Amino acid sequence: MYTAEFDYKKASSLQDALSLLQQHPDAKLLAGGHSLIPAMKLRLAAPSLLIDISKVPELRGVRMEGNTLIIGAATTYHELETNDLVRKAAPLLTEVIPHIGDPMVRHRGTIGGSLSHADPAADLPAAMLALGAQMKIQGRSGSRVVDADQFFQGMFSTALGEGEILTEIHIPALSGRQAYEKFPHPASRYAVVGVAVVAGPEGVRAAVTGAGEHALRLSRLEQALAGKPLNAETIAAACQNLLSAEGLNHDLVASAEYRAHLVDVLAKRALLRLV
Amino acid sequence: MADKATVHITVNGQPHTSEVEPRLLLVHYLREHLGLTGTHVGCDTSQCGACTVHLDGQAVKSCTVFAVQADGSSVTTIEGIGAMGHLHPVQEGFWEMHGLQCGFCTPGMIMAAADLLNHNPNPSEEEIRHGLEGNYCRCTGYHNIVRAVQYAADKMSGKKSVGAAADD
Ligand SMILES: Cc1cc2nc3c(=O)[nH]c(=O)nc-3n(C[C@H](O)[C@H](O)[C@H](O)COP(=O)(O)OP(=O)(O)OC[C@H]3O[C@@H](n4cnc5c(N)ncnc54)[C@H](O)[C@@H]3O)c2cc1C
Ligand code: FES
Ligand code: FES
Repeated sequence: MYTAEFDYKKASSLQDALSLLQQHPDAKLLAGGHSLIPAMKLRLAAPSLLIDISKVPELRGVRMEGNTLIIGAATTYHELETNDLVRKAAPLLTEVIPHIGDPMVRHRGTIGGSLSHADPAADLPAAMLALGAQMKIQGRSGSRVVDADQFFQGMFSTALGEGEILTEIHIPALSGRQAYEKFPHPASRYAVVGVAVVAGPEGVRAAVTGAGEHALRLSRLEQALAGKPLNAETIAAACQNLLSAEGLNHDLVASAEYRAHLVDVLAKRALLRLV
Repeated sequence: MADKATVHITVNGQPHTSEVEPRLLLVHYLREHLGLTGTHVGCDTSQCGACTVHLDGQAVKSCTVFAVQADGSSVTTIEGIGAMGHLHPVQEGFWEMHGLQCGFCTPGMIMAAADLLNHNPNPSEEEIRHGLEGNYCRCTGYHNIVRAVQYAADKMSGKKSVGAAADD
């Protein structure tokens, strides 16, 4: 399958990418290409210009600053799943990433591409919410930092505005014990439902992907466990009717009611692993 | 009309300089521009892995990479992984353990399996199955593919002598 015609430019720096975006309003950024290229082949997207940001130095790599793990948006899944800093500071990511696609997808796909694309069934958005991550966004007029809670806004829709680039993901290091439980789609392996939990000194943070239009916090669960010890009884009591089926996603594989049921089951499984 | 781009890509050790349309997929560059038709197109929707090649040493689906993205890189295809009389251990494993029937998935399967063994020279059966999750086979039922990869792992770690197939 051939995509529509387009021009291609490899950005050499973040500034270069930003000014190309400014000059060409219907250009698209190309990171790993593993959501964008399939969409272009199906002619669901036909940008006039692709700006390849996969080699932009400011967008690559992993480092610690104080107690914060900082990940460049164009860092690939493979680089993250094999990185020791990530394993130490945010083991949830080391656990979640092998659930994404397959090794070939993980060699190309990037964390920033996944978060910017905001597929309602993507794995990483749930992890970002549970970890309390922040997204650094750069535009023409400077940069801003957005909490994961404000970043995901709808199906394939985020806080990113016209001409803006997600540059870094900031994650508080080792905020607590962490686990992810996923019920994969039998064919695509995307999440039908995926639940990420982090149990830290300030309580439990939990988030779900696949259930709704975008990943969201499981606030009912967090409140039910507030101030309580984590054990089999408290977890079983808390993991009931976490989301109402009304408004949840439904398709051939899973009804909204089944998805709501999966949220309870997967949240319980994930939390029991932390006891 | 989009401008053509000049790319420099080393394929199976041989440098090539080509003028390509930006929308040319790496798999079509390999098959149609270079005549390397060992790399197959199964689904063309990034699912099946028949088009798997190594890009700078990593397995990728060449139907989901534009040739322009591979500018400056080196690519290894099924044609470059072994040679007649000197098969790659994974190729030998597929031969010895009957890891193929129609053979359509085999080039991609072999490239993915070779990549898996580069990262993990001694994989468990579960790790082999997880590592080949992106490669579909419609014929074999996968069991002999797993045995072929186990054969190659044993051979590469010196546990198996040349040509000695396991007896099951
Ligand atoms: C076979 C297959 C299986 C998959 N399975 C899963 C799965 O199980 N779970 C899962 O979560 N995902 C899955 N994916 C999707 C995969 O994770 C993609 O890699 C990811 O969604 C997009 O990342 P990318 O780097 O490839 O982005 P691209 O495809 O390059 O870009 C995606 C979108 O984000 C924009 N963008 C990219 N980077 C930035 C940035 N820094 N700032 C602003 N905008 C940006 C692009 O313009 C584009 O609109 C699968 C994909 C395939 C092909
Ligand atoms: S042809 Fe590339 S994944 Fe199927
Ligand atoms: S041998 Fe026929 S598809 Fe695998």
